[in-house]
Amino acid sequence: MSYSTTVRGQRFSFADLREVFAKANEDKSGDRLAEIAATSEQERVAAKLVLADISLSDIVANPLIEPAQDEVSRLILETHDQQAFRPLAHLTVGEFREYVLDEDQDGARLGALHWAIIPEVAAAVTKLMSNKDLIVAASKIRNITRCRNTMGQPGVLGIRVQPNHPADDLGGILLSAIDGLLFGCGDAVIGVNPATESVETVSQILHGLQRLIDAYDIPTQSCCLAHISTQLDSLERSAPVDLLFQSLAGTEAANASFGINLDILREGRERVLEHHRSREVAWVGEEVMYFETGQGSALSANAHHGVDQLTLEARTYGVARAFAPFLVNTVVGFIGPEYLYDERQIVRAGLEDHFMGKLLGLPMGCDVCYTNHAQADQNSADNLLLLLTAAGCNYFMGVPCADDVMLSYQSTSFHDALGVRQLFGLQPAPEFLAWLEQMDIFRNGNLAASESFARQRLEETVKLIV
Amino acid sequence: MVKTPATSDTHDPLAAIRTRTPARIFTGRSGSAYRTQTQLSLRLDHASARDAVQTDIDWEQGLGPDFLQAWDIFAVSSQARSKAEYLMRPDLGRRLGEHAQAEIMARCAGGADFQVVIGDGLSVAAVVRQVPALLPLLRAGADKRGWRFGRPFAVRYCRVGVLNDIGELLAPTVLVLLIGERPGLLTAESLSAYMAYHPRSGHTDAERNLISNIHARGVAVEEAADRILRLAELMRRAQLSGIAVKEEFGALAQNAPPLLADE
Repeated sequence: MSYSTTVRGQRFSFADLREVFAKANEDKSGDRLAEIAATSEQERVAAKLVLADISLSDIVANPLIEPAQDEVSRLILETHDQQAFRPLAHLTVGEFREYVLDEDQDGARLGALHWAIIPEVAAAVTKLMSNKDLIVAASKIRNITRCRNTMGQPGVLGIRVQPNHPADDLGGILLSAIDGLLFGCGDAVIGVNPATESVETVSQILHGLQRLIDAYDIPTQSCCLAHISTQLDSLERSAPVDLLFQSLAGTEAANASFGINLDILREGRERVLEHHRSREVAWVGEEVMYFETGQGSALSANAHHGVDQLTLEARTYGVARAFAPFLVNTVVGFIGPEYLYDERQIVRAGLEDHFMGKLLGLPMGCDVCYTNHAQADQNSADNLLLLLTAAGCNYFMGVPCADDVMLSYQSTSFHDALGVRQLFGLQPAPEFLAWLEQMDIFRNGNLAASESFARQRLEETVKLIV
Repeated sequence: MVKTPATSDTHDPLAAIRTRTPARIFTGRSGSAYRTQTQLSLRLDHASARDAVQTDIDWEQGLGPDFLQAWDIFAVSSQARSKAEYLMRPDLGRRLGEHAQAEIMARCAGGADFQVVIGDGLSVAAVVRQVPALLPLLRAGADKRGWRFGRPFAVRYCRVGVLNDIGELLAPTVLVLLIGERPGLLTAESLSAYMAYHPRSGHTDAERNLISNIHARGVAVEEAADRILRLAELMRRAQLSGIAVKEEFGALAQNAPPLLADE
């Protein structure tokens, strides 16, 4: 098959589908680093024009990474719902873009397509969409998940409280968590990134978070975001695991650099499900996995097979959805300027990731963030936060004043959560909201005045901790 | 006019909280926004971090001639030739430069039991602040264990992946890279120790271990040295590094605080 076109008298030819995919991307420093990016703006558009005329069945029939070489490619083929795909197969990518954006395609209809769409198709259509397209299309899709509460319903915006501490001091962690709870945050998860990767540290954090949840009967999940093997070793030594966390990537080799493969994920999920059945907790669902992702991770591990970072991110979602996660978020500005250079690229990637995740059926959240060597600042984070709230993002991070004192990057804050919930008329997860009202932290769906009884109770706890 | 912040009031109970965590908690609010004092202190700390990233500190000057002489430290470069290139080309920062290989071969005996390398990473300030205290502790710990201590040297424009090249060149049993972390708002002086057992080409993060947040409000240098040495012992025992090797601390640390409803 030939991939070429003539644009205003100039002929552009692309060797294969992989090259069309890479060059059709919006500008990303990571694709440049991989030396696969378009070399001119006209070449970029030429690639988009070629891509727009390729049929979805051609994309399905021509895997960008050989299934024989890569278990992620095999998983994508195995999980593809060919029957549901049949009515779409003849569409070109350009037609599919219009199909997704059409008013007739409401959330229910798009939702029925999740397993008909393979990640490479989601990536292809994303390359033809504007930022606003990505917001409009994503906003139609609600992917609802359940563990100890229910996330993702219309009108709900969840927040992960991220109370990290540079020395894993449990008191410090709990103080940050309580600050978040008093802002109505923490419904998505109270999730700690440990500074130290040891079973003792992870167990202690898990037990500590569980004590907080038990002490106040909080309808939420806890998580310690260590390597999956460390969490499972902690579980083995009787630590409570609500959500099993793991970072994911879109190729077998990149996942190997994270020390994981599909079997490890499968076995881990089974063990946590079994562990849940043995605990006396009022579970409302069986979604027990928490995944973080982000464009550029495969290239960073030199495991990208010449495929662009947007497409590899879509393939990551192909991995994630096979394990029925409760939460998935892209950590969109964390990787640094080598992969996403500035605010413009970070914003674009955040909108792409969120849309692709939603289209593929994931409960997509976003760690809207940046590092201090990227060309971005808190105003950049404000902008993407507002855009993704408009797009119906499931949840964001809540970090005290957006400053993560362990991971040394900036994300979004408890204040930001309050701001966007008020601005867009959104509420915490229903079970969590009921708890906030019962605790008198919220009154009539909004933050109560500071003299409330619950605040006093939690602040008593703060005094004890200090 | 910015009102006096609660944090400057020494009678405020928040002062006690601040000793437990450097996180910016219980800062109050103006509507859904930060108090002005908070807003501006965040801006100031971001400005400092941005400036720290851009500053190309002369680390020979920072570490001082006495320290460099005492340890006989020499510096080589990765394949990156400038700070700008270093930032945008991670592949170059992971490889030793042409002259670097010859210089290391000429000056270091291979096959050490415990080889320490210093890398600037994203913060020379972290190297300058932490390494002079950390290196002697590592040396003493290695001596105590009877390990042959390789001659330490420094790599300019250094990424973590350089471990593989150094491993191929010097074949140390355990290689420790002390490298400056990305400056955050809290500190630009945070150091990481990346460690690998017999690192070689093809190794990824899955074969490496990390002790991060080595700074005054994180992991103190004494504790860091102890953990690095114990991790090295674990690696030697297991004859591998990475995901399968996890730090062990014996009993749980006793910092579990009381909670109201527990009582």
